Amino acid sequence: MSEQMNLTLKVWRQKNKNEKGRFVTYQAKEISEDMSFLEMLDVVNEENTKKGEDPIYFDHDCREGICGMCSLVINGRPHGPEYGTTTCQLHMRHFHDGQTIVIEPWRAAAFPVLKDLAVDRTAFERIQQAGGYININTGGVPDANEIPIPKRIADQAFESATCIGCGACVAACKNASAALFVSAKIAQFAHLPQGQTERYERAQAMVDQMDAEGFGSCTNTGACEAECPVGIKLDNIALMNKEYFTAKLFREEDIH
Amino acid sequence: MSKSKPLLSSTLGKKLIMSLTGIFLCLFLVVHLIGNLQLFKDDAGYAFNTYAHFMTNFTPIKIVSILLYLTFVLHAVYALVITRKNKAARPIGYNQSSGNANSKWNSRNMGVLGTIILIFLVTHMQNFWWKYHNDQVPYVQYEKNLDTQEVTSQALSSDEFTNYLVTYKTAENGDAIEVIKSQDLYQQVEYAFENIGLVLLYVIAMAALSFHLIHGFQSAFQTLGFKHRRYIGTIRFLGIWVFGVIIPIAFAAIPVYIYLVR
Ligand code: FES
Repeated sequence: MSEQMNLTLKVWRQKNKNEKGRFVTYQAKEISEDMSFLEMLDVVNEENTKKGEDPIYFDHDCREGICGMCSLVINGRPHGPEYGTTTCQLHMRHFHDGQTIVIEPWRAAAFPVLKDLAVDRTAFERIQQAGGYININTGGVPDANEIPIPKRIADQAFESATCIGCGACVAACKNASAALFVSAKIAQFAHLPQGQTERYERAQAMVDQMDAEGFGSCTNTGACEAECPVGIKLDNIALMNKEYFTAKLFREEDIH
Repeated sequence: MSKSKPLLSSTLGKKLIMSLTGIFLCLFLVVHLIGNLQLFKDDAGYAFNTYAHFMTNFTPIKIVSILLYLTFVLHAVYALVITRKNKAARPIGYNQSSGNANSKWNSRNMGVLGTIILIFLVTHMQNFWWKYHNDQVPYVQYEKNLDTQEVTSQALSSDEFTNYLVTYKTAENGDAIEVIKSQDLYQQVEYAFENIGLVLLYVIAMAALSFHLIHGFQSAFQTLGFKHRRYIGTIRFLGIWVFGVIIPIAFAAIPVYIYLVR
């Protein structure tokens, strides 16, 4: 038998975008330490539903730590108290019986709350659409390894590409800056030969869109790197800056 | 096809300004400190006062100092502009936040540290720069024996001084003597640091400078995108030990030394 615990939850409840939200207190009873944080919320929601109350609304999808849908600022930390973990992969054994847990949505002007704990993260999609892609000709399937890429470079690109776009970087940053996300998306292509064609156009277009969405600027506190569930590095931000400044100062190109 | 937004309208462009002005201000600190070390000399201020005259009258340096004032203003103004934008990026804050779990206190409070430095600078400029430029410091006359290099000094009253003047005369024994009439900034520094309150302000400000630079110096290079495996250790060392520790301590040592020893 695993340990059971009773918890007090202070959860942000907000009907919709326009209404003012507030904290509501819930009791989570007989929670198993083997549950994930989201499963714990499921238990609370089941109770709420039985009582005829509106369940707490939160984002989730894969519950395997790969899709980037889950969020939540738990006791002041995006994705909770563990490093390198998404909320869906956070287990209740990291909490203790009788603990009070404060649960808030991501807070950023660019991520408006839709309902309760779910925020609108389409700003990230618009940034991606601005330049987070490469153009290729359709047709026959190209041969694997047709373009030689050194392992070191491939690894760097892969590391940047592991970003799941959850937005924890924005949530953690005191300026609600999206620099880590945008830089990872720029870096994954900047490293690779396939990304060269639109390289400088991409950096400018994505940074422009990031600013247009109203994210703050990067102060290099490193909070994003520390809270990122997949370990995206600050080096990406240095690379983004270099790409952007190079584009601006030495080879300004128009953007689409 | 469309044009992308101009460099300075972007968040990155504004940080570029912060970074470049910050590095320039760091360079100034080095020069300023080297000059100020002459205050430790027990020569009645001969070296320091002649140096101060040179620094305020040599045209290339005058031009650089105007650049320096502009740089400082830019650094402060852009900090304000960026901070306002950053605040707007999170209109509703968190009920709970545990910043210490993911970042250093000084990196999150560069504005607070910068404000302490700004308050210090106003006092500092008023005490020395303003007084020196408005004839509100004492006067001194040095006689330097050019053969023996011996220097004697005597205070001058304001009637005896018109402007900085170097003349030569021959002593009775035939030695060449250089006579310098100068403003005595050195003396002014000693007067100012008789005040324990001012000494404390300087020490606090240098502590703020230390924390500001421990984050700021390295951050400036990160912003520039200069993150080379080969140099990263050097930048970290310079940022933490040289700019974060040695330079602020050396600056703070000046008022403390004068207060305790002179
Ligand atoms: S739900 Fe997919 S990452 Fe958490």
